[in-house]
Amino acid sequence: MTSATAAISFDRVSHAFGDKPVLRDISLTLKEKRIAIVGANGSGKSTFARMINGLQLPDQGRVTVAGLDTAKDGKAVRQHVGFVFQNPDNQIVFPIVEEDIAFGMKNLGLKKPEIETKTAEMLARYGLEGHRTHPAHLLSGGQKQLLAISGVLVMAPEVIVFDEPTTLLDLRNKMRVAEAIEALDQTAIVVTHDLDLIAGFDRVIVFDDGRVLADDAPSPALARYVEAMTGV
Amino acid sequence: MFELYRPGDSFLHRMRPGAKLLALAGGGTAIFLLPGLPALGAVMLAVLMIYGATGLGLGAAWAQLRPVLIIFAVLFAAQVFISGWMTGAFFITRFATLLMLAGLLTLTTRVSDMVAALEHGLEWLRPLGLNPSKISLALALALRFIPVLAQITSEVREAQRVRGLDRSIIAIAIPVIVRTLRMSDAIADAIEARGYNPDRP
Repeated sequence: MTSATAAISFDRVSHAFGDKPVLRDISLTLKEKRIAIVGANGSGKSTFARMINGLQLPDQGRVTVAGLDTAKDGKAVRQHVGFVFQNPDNQIVFPIVEEDIAFGMKNLGLKKPEIETKTAEMLARYGLEGHRTHPAHLLSGGQKQLLAISGVLVMAPEVIVFDEPTTLLDLRNKMRVAEAIEALDQTAIVVTHDLDLIAGFDRVIVFDDGRVLADDAPSPALARYVEAMTGV
Repeated sequence: MFELYRPGDSFLHRMRPGAKLLALAGGGTAIFLLPGLPALGAVMLAVLMIYGATGLGLGAAWAQLRPVLIIFAVLFAAQVFISGWMTGAFFITRFATLLMLAGLLTLTTRVSDMVAALEHGLEWLRPLGLNPSKISLALALALRFIPVLAQITSEVREAQRVRGLDRSIIAIAIPVIVRTLRMSDAIADAIEARGYNPDRP
């Protein structure tokens, strides 16, 4: 597993869905190990996150990861950047746990012995060994999210983007996923409404109406966010 | 809900997935060509014996039929009404045998092995403009998302029931379709994000 960081750069990025602008002239460089993206619903934070691995391409401007343009080198970018979605049910592709972990590695062209070794490592890491041959739909919400993270981690990306990874989870599973994110060697970029999750992060970027409202350490950035949301 | 792979070491578990797929296709066709109830009953008995021989047990065979019992009841009643008891029994025995035969494949074959076998076996379609990788992934997705769709339907049904709409098929179908379409977009994103390339060699 690599711990190198791929520099991510947004250069004057704008995007709209129909007539509604969701990102307005964003220029940022992301280098820190733990970065949180917060903001109200519809503020543009998920669109921003999806642009990091080329799931969404900008209308204007340029997004690069390790020097690769997401618009031109999408497949190569996705080898650097993994993505964990809010709902693990939409991310788990194969019906059996071990098969789903293997899916991404097969896409990378890894050989069977390596796939089996890495699958076993990942199952042990997240306490899923006993579920190796179980149907994924029978796992709990937290286990599904850990399976989704496993499926991304085995592809050894340098950066993992999490789109509201704890939104659908109860407190215990939320804590398990938070611990899993904290223990990562990789750069983690987390879109979230869960402010407890990001208290120890290096940087918090607050989005409001497609613009960056604050970009700072957690305390001042979140104070600015709360002030904007509540007027206090 | 139908069952998926059960680990084991029987002759069926060890058999190549491609051979099992071909056997299922051949067996399924033969079941439709059988002329009468006695012959069909003999095949059903043989299929049940395979469940026993592979260690899956008769419970696994029953589990293949349980989710469709209501459909069987409706079809049986319709056949009895149209053509009589014998036709109804023949019709239901045929479908039950076919379902249990298909169950032998899914219970003894990992989906990833089936996908690989299908990709290999359908390679001849590539010159015709069809992509075997996409076809086999569609099979995996179908098996993966049947339980998810059942869960969505159950959630929507509950939501409608608390609002007093427990007998309206349209009130259930429309939200299920909308949620399914949204989910399909998310799944497409997830497959892309995990580096899927249907054109890889």
